Amino acid sequence: MTLTSVINRLGMAAITLFGVGLVVFVLLRVVPGDPIAMMISPSATPADIAALRAHYGLDLPLPEQFFIWLGNVVHLDFGTSISLRRGVLQLIGERLPATLELTFAALVFGVLAGGIVAVAGVLLRRTPLEAAMDFVNGLFLAVPDFVWALVLVLLVGVLWPIFPLSGRLDPVHASDFMTPFYLIESIVRLNWTDTGDVLAHLVMPMLALGLPLAAVIARTLKEALSEAMVQDYVLLARLKGMSELRLVLQEALRNAVGPTLTLTGVQFTFMIGGTVIVERIFAFPGIGNMAIDAVVNRDLPLIQGIVLVFGALFIVINIAVDLIANRLNPRQSHG
Amino acid sequence: MADVAIPAPRSAGHFRSLKPLLDESRVVLAGGFLIILALIAIFAPWIAPKSPLEQDLMMASLPPIGFEGYEPGYYLGTDDLGRDVLSRLIFGARIALTVALVAATLAGLVGSLLGLASGWYRGWTDRIVSRLVDIWMSFPPVLLSVLLVAVLGSGLSSVIIAIAIIDWTRFSRVVRAETLAQGGLDYVTAAESIGFSRRHILWREILPNVAPVIIALLSLEMGIAVIVEAILSFVGLSISSDAPTWGGMVAQGRQVLHESWWVLVFPLCSLFATVLAFNLLGNGLRKALDPVMRR
Repeated sequence: MTLTSVINRLGMAAITLFGVGLVVFVLLRVVPGDPIAMMISPSATPADIAALRAHYGLDLPLPEQFFIWLGNVVHLDFGTSISLRRGVLQLIGERLPATLELTFAALVFGVLAGGIVAVAGVLLRRTPLEAAMDFVNGLFLAVPDFVWALVLVLLVGVLWPIFPLSGRLDPVHASDFMTPFYLIESIVRLNWTDTGDVLAHLVMPMLALGLPLAAVIARTLKEALSEAMVQDYVLLARLKGMSELRLVLQEALRNAVGPTLTLTGVQFTFMIGGTVIVERIFAFPGIGNMAIDAVVNRDLPLIQGIVLVFGALFIVINIAVDLIANRLNPRQSHG
Repeated sequence: MADVAIPAPRSAGHFRSLKPLLDESRVVLAGGFLIILALIAIFAPWIAPKSPLEQDLMMASLPPIGFEGYEPGYYLGTDDLGRDVLSRLIFGARIALTVALVAATLAGLVGSLLGLASGWYRGWTDRIVSRLVDIWMSFPPVLLSVLLVAVLGSGLSSVIIAIAIIDWTRFSRVVRAETLAQGGLDYVTAAESIGFSRRHILWREILPNVAPVIIALLSLEMGIAVIVEAILSFVGLSISSDAPTWGGMVAQGRQVLHESWWVLVFPLCSLFATVLAFNLLGNGLRKALDPVMRR
């Protein structure tokens, strides 16, 4: 990818984000339900209400509101949350790390589990086990994270209560942390009690998000590996007496990983979208959970901020995936 | 879900027969399940043993058949308000299937038209539609659906419209790619050289070849719609909280999980089976209707 094409992509990304901002802004302005009505006390006078509306800029014409908001966003001023009465950026700063830790844990799990299943599937080609593995994999592909999250709640909540089902950590540890990156901070501080607690809370939502991802990776990688395993260079290596496992890991994997990587990137953005409901189910304090509360409370500035953050995350990941894919397969850049 | 990348069929032949469809045992199984589900939904008032709304606190939190404390007649137990779980499940199938059918059709209609137009006419149409798709794909779908239902107000029709507004991109992306691929094939060149109009070629030559993909996507989309409706009910935004929706039951079951697990288990199983069936049907249709993949 040349510099110009990167600049091109960034330009497109800016247009897309502008579009996202516009869509959500217009949508929110037609929402029935006055955000001010939800925050005032019953004794407020009409003058108080008017003052509050003016305070949040809700009395201006819509295009003007949009451009004021846009101008502020460019200066990284996302306004003040109406329901929580704190800076939107500050709120997102507190919650986003939880979501990031969750999604990266799920990504690592998905890649590892998917990779292992794919390699095992190729090694077990033409055995009865292969069919069984494909069947289970098909289930994980067909059923989305929402349902898996609830299946986990059921299994772990009722049948085998080993992991906590809600929250990000036991409240007794809450005062141990100075940053919102609990997992990273506890590891850096070598505080293993906290790390264990954070991880235990992470397992359930991580599995709900990561299992469908693992299934996608397992299927794509297995197909690519199976194709690579009948190529001449693998046959040659086999004639030299390499073991099947080494054939897969050393010869086939390198050539099969490209398409899987691109797909993983796409699936990763879907997974970030999935955090909204999975965080809700496990009462996990990330931005997805906060987003639903914001919608329920008609908290316009907060919704706008969160949606923009999600949009920016999607775009950054897409560009990063393209860059990595190009690095791995330079042939693509000539197309 | 993963994009459906399908090699272009070589001939302009369409649905030759249903035989390859019926050869797929999974399609038969999934289709059979969905037909039975549809019948249950249609005849819900005659099948359901109790009213789905009637509360009876004397009969609250009864376990299902085979467990201690089972009360005859309440086969799958009752929830904490004493409502019959089985009857609510049966009426819930109505809402789930209505949403699936109408929302998927709407999304399919809008998405396919835009996909056909941008893949065939290209130029500005394509640029605008592609940009719209990019913008749409930058929203987390669950957040967008929650937002839309907040805008439209809760209710069945809001849920349906929200799903259509969100998921048309699934159709337009695949249909556009497929139309682009078809547009480069010999039969289109032949049709052009005979002097058929662009519009004629689109509707009479290309659409029939893209149709199998659209049908497969429709089935997959119905599965997605069932889930989105359940998610919205779970969040408390779908239909009134009394209404017997699977998502609403699941949300309620999550609350009383430790006292009465059956309130969560049965609607969750229904969701699981229905989504799986739509998926198997969609993937099976895709294989069976596509002449190249059929080999």
